[in-house]
Amino acid sequence: MATHADAHAAHGAHDDAHAGDHATHAHGQQHPLGVYFKIWGLLFVLSIASYLVDYFHLQGVLRWSLILIFMFLKAGLIVAVFMHMMWERLALVYAIVVPPLLLVTLLAIGALEADYTFVTRGVFFGKEAAAAPAPAKPH
Amino acid sequence: MAPHDATGTVGTLHDPTGLQTVVADFSSDQRAFKNVPWGKPMMWIFLVSDTFIFGSFLISYMTVRGSTQVPWPNPSEVFSLMMFGKNVPLLLIAIMTFVLISSSGTMALAVNYGYRRDRTTTFWLLIATAVLGATFVGMQAFEWTKLIMEGVRPWGNPWGAAQFGSCFFMITGFHGTHVTIGVIFLIIVATKVRRGDLDANRPGFLTGRRGNYEIVETMGLYWHFVDLVWVFIFAFFYLW
Repeated sequence: MATHADAHAAHGAHDDAHAGDHATHAHGQQHPLGVYFKIWGLLFVLSIASYLVDYFHLQGVLRWSLILIFMFLKAGLIVAVFMHMMWERLALVYAIVVPPLLLVTLLAIGALEADYTFVTRGVFFGKEAAAAPAPAKPH
Repeated sequence: MAPHDATGTVGTLHDPTGLQTVVADFSSDQRAFKNVPWGKPMMWIFLVSDTFIFGSFLISYMTVRGSTQVPWPNPSEVFSLMMFGKNVPLLLIAIMTFVLISSSGTMALAVNYGYRRDRTTTFWLLIATAVLGATFVGMQAFEWTKLIMEGVRPWGNPWGAAQFGSCFFMITGFHGTHVTIGVIFLIIVATKVRRGDLDANRPGFLTGRRGNYEIVETMGLYWHFVDLVWVFIFAFFYLW
């Protein structure tokens, strides 16, 4: 334990000695401010764009593809620049980005299950649903 | 225990590039992510687990929405607001989105100024982030109140599929909780920055670890993640 604490103290002293060149330190994630402002602006533009998709009542495949494109662009910019992923070690990038891809499996299972339930409900409750009064419109 | 005699042997090998760095890191001694402060992978691993939680919510929402025979309430109409005698679709949600993106920007700047050791600017940027976050939560509370007054419940609503309410309250509620916790931690980190705890390497509450400006970046990772989750909720729940 003692050596641990000593090592820590030594590390602290080392850091103090090099406080001046901390900006150039490998893990200091120091980047020009302009990068952040550009990405900030881009995120605003993409948000406005995805809002306009709804505002102009685009429907069908066009609506869904535009929503997904804007969503992935925004998510990518946030992770890559704001969360500094593009400047991280490759090992960390893979360790973090690859596991969530497993969710695609869950997505596929969910879609199959939803389809199956939808069809089953159609078969068993189809007549009742057709007889039920139409739901009210909001506002 | 004596320090290892064989430290630095990695220098005798040629420097790996590309994918080889991944293999070299994971097959190396003592720690996998070289030169990465310990707090950062810890936060990232937490965020990956949180990704799975929000992923499960969104996928189960997709499953119930896809499986119902009753039409899904149109979010564009449900979340519209009357402004100047006109019904503007999704207005409140759009404002909430911009507030959260703005807070993400101020957070990114706070991390940058933190590493420059500019205490005053970092403090005020963190406070601005916290205020924007609190504004977001306030607007969400307003939205919840409005929907509950209009008769939306986890088990039903006046406009269509009963599952709408449970999905809405579960997903936005969990996200709002994350924002609230983030605001609390932003205030804590801002206080540490202002007092100079991070310059003096003072150990924090409940830990013997010495404080440094990396905690601002770790805080930033959490806050950007909250914004990231909102990007997915905005796309799948409100726009779809």
